[in-house]
Amino acid sequence: MSSSPARTPFIVRLGRSFDARSWLLVGLFAAFALIAVPVMHLLLPPENPLHLSTYFITLTGKILCYAIVAVAMDLIWGYGGILSLGHGLFFALGGYTFGMYLMRQIGRDGSYQSDLPDFMVFLDWQQLPWFWAGSEHFLWVVLLVLVVPALIAFIFGYFAFRSRIKGVYFSIITQALTYAAMLLFFRNETGFGGNNGFTDFKRILGYSITAPETRVVLFALSALALIGTLLLARFLVTSKFGRILTAIRDAESRVMFIGYNPLWYKLFVWTLSAMLCAIAGALYVPQVGIINPSEMAVANSIEIAIWVAVGGRGTLIGAVIGAFIVNLAKSWFTVSFPEYWLFFLGTLFIVSTLWLPQGVVGLYRRLRAGVGRETAGDASAADVPRSLRGVTDGVDARAVGGESLPAAKGARA
Amino acid sequence: MNTGDLQVSDNPDWDSGTAELGHLLKPGELDLSHKVVLYLEDITVSFDGFRALNSLSLAIDSGELRCIIGPNGAGKTTMMDVITGKTRPDEGRAFFGQTLDLTRLSEPEIAHAGIGRKFQKPTIFENHTVFENLELAMKTDKRVWRSLRAMLDSAAGDRIAATLQTIRLTAHADRLAGLLSHGQKQWLEIGMLLMQEPKLLLLDEPVAGMTDEETERTGELFLSLAGQHSLVVVEHDMAFVKQLGGTVTVLHEGSVLAEGSLEEVQADARVIEVYLGR
Repeated sequence: MSSSPARTPFIVRLGRSFDARSWLLVGLFAAFALIAVPVMHLLLPPENPLHLSTYFITLTGKILCYAIVAVAMDLIWGYGGILSLGHGLFFALGGYTFGMYLMRQIGRDGSYQSDLPDFMVFLDWQQLPWFWAGSEHFLWVVLLVLVVPALIAFIFGYFAFRSRIKGVYFSIITQALTYAAMLLFFRNETGFGGNNGFTDFKRILGYSITAPETRVVLFALSALALIGTLLLARFLVTSKFGRILTAIRDAESRVMFIGYNPLWYKLFVWTLSAMLCAIAGALYVPQVGIINPSEMAVANSIEIAIWVAVGGRGTLIGAVIGAFIVNLAKSWFTVSFPEYWLFFLGTLFIVSTLWLPQGVVGLYRRLRAGVGRETAGDASAADVPRSLRGVTDGVDARAVGGESLPAAKGARA
Repeated sequence: MNTGDLQVSDNPDWDSGTAELGHLLKPGELDLSHKVVLYLEDITVSFDGFRALNSLSLAIDSGELRCIIGPNGAGKTTMMDVITGKTRPDEGRAFFGQTLDLTRLSEPEIAHAGIGRKFQKPTIFENHTVFENLELAMKTDKRVWRSLRAMLDSAAGDRIAATLQTIRLTAHADRLAGLLSHGQKQWLEIGMLLMQEPKLLLLDEPVAGMTDEETERTGELFLSLAGQHSLVVVEHDMAFVKQLGGTVTVLHEGSVLAEGSLEEVQADARVIEVYLGR
């Protein structure tokens, strides 16, 4: 209730939520994505062995967007215990919303040379539907990307969490939600291009969408968005909010009886997660050049959960690793052995559920712990517990982050 | 008393509702002016026709330590569910102090108003450390925005340290709560209740699974809390009930069978028949 006179500024708390090694890794990743990749793609000639191809840029850019979705999923599933099997909906909604802007940027360069998007001319529509109003303005559309999926998530989440729908029931309802949305978007009358969706984009902010420079900028933005998502998520799970969130996951009734209302905690993280997915979707569409209702298919949403399960739930970094492993495997399989991809995906899921309950990150931690036990003796042995030591120094040991959640520890790895 | 043409604005006492009651009513806050902290009247709860509570009436005084005994299925846990908002009664009234209608408040609201509950099975956050368990339970603003910005100040740290002393878990502060022994978990949950600073503590079999020594220490703790707090203890352990002293209420088939000191109820023929005589 009473706030201490000198609050630790947000930026300092954010800084403390990672340890030095993690910050180094974040810095290295940023340097690679923002400096090395543009140089290697734009400046090095294609003959140079270090040249990065357009294929690399689009594939990796796409996976960076998926990784954002995976982190968003880990927040609600790994930490909040809420398994959404409809998160593809928010991703697709972000993509569709930004796609409206890309469609308007085509201008009169479409097949019908009309001011209206081609599919509307085809349907013999005379004017834009009301919800397309303002879609030619970049900033307005960016605002819609942030607001519309969040609003839908908030309303859905409010009623679901207020009715205390949990576990598998919640998962099934989210599936139904994304399936219903897919059917709605398949209809031409809905005004989003029916089953063809949006494609044939030409420009973004007046720049050619296929130009190497544009691709590199979109790639860099995706990398920045992923870094931002990780920082935000890490801050959340190491804050008191994060501890309450995991407490709700483990013993919701106890949380209620000590006076927290789980509804608002779940709703906050749920809505935030949906927003992150929408941002990822908006970055994804200009890079892959198409958005259609199949993005809302139930299978896509289930795949998101698989990324997180493979990488390791409740670790954040595991979600990123899982998204990369599964999608790199997917792009290799669908080229080399397209008919075996689903078998591989199924096997991966079974293996990670049976033998890797903590995913790849858990495996790494177990291996490292095994090595550590052999080499070094136990060096703890201080008689005052760490948390109390911090308190007596007048410094908040808790805010230093690392030593709180067992699940969060892996995020440093 | 103004008997003429009453003009509300002329009478500030009347305006604030204090003229006759002699004290100020604050909405949402516990009003103990009549010395009763908990008041249940004719509470009935049915599950599929089975009456778990059958017009149960009970009043707990402020600062009282009340023990509730009764055979299995007598409705003790259901009664706690009604008081804490988990179960809504079909009939009857439940008030916390003079003004707070427990049948209209949600679980977090009731907890916030000052009722703390210990479950029969120790319910703690097993994946959090002992320290964190206490931190989360601490009385504070428990809204989302506050939790996002919350930092432990030294006063809060001192409070947690003091509670750790009380429940004798100082050495275990950084251990995961799930690794504690059963008795330690019970104590941790009691410690979480203390951190909440409730006016009324509901304790469902608090010494189950404790050693004799732990049980006795728990009894001493509860006795030291009575007076400042009101306690309702549901217990089967008669030695523990005896240690606590105070009034004992016997529940049977969802209503009060007998009330009095332990000796009195133990001498009651009906109590012997349904409970002690078996």
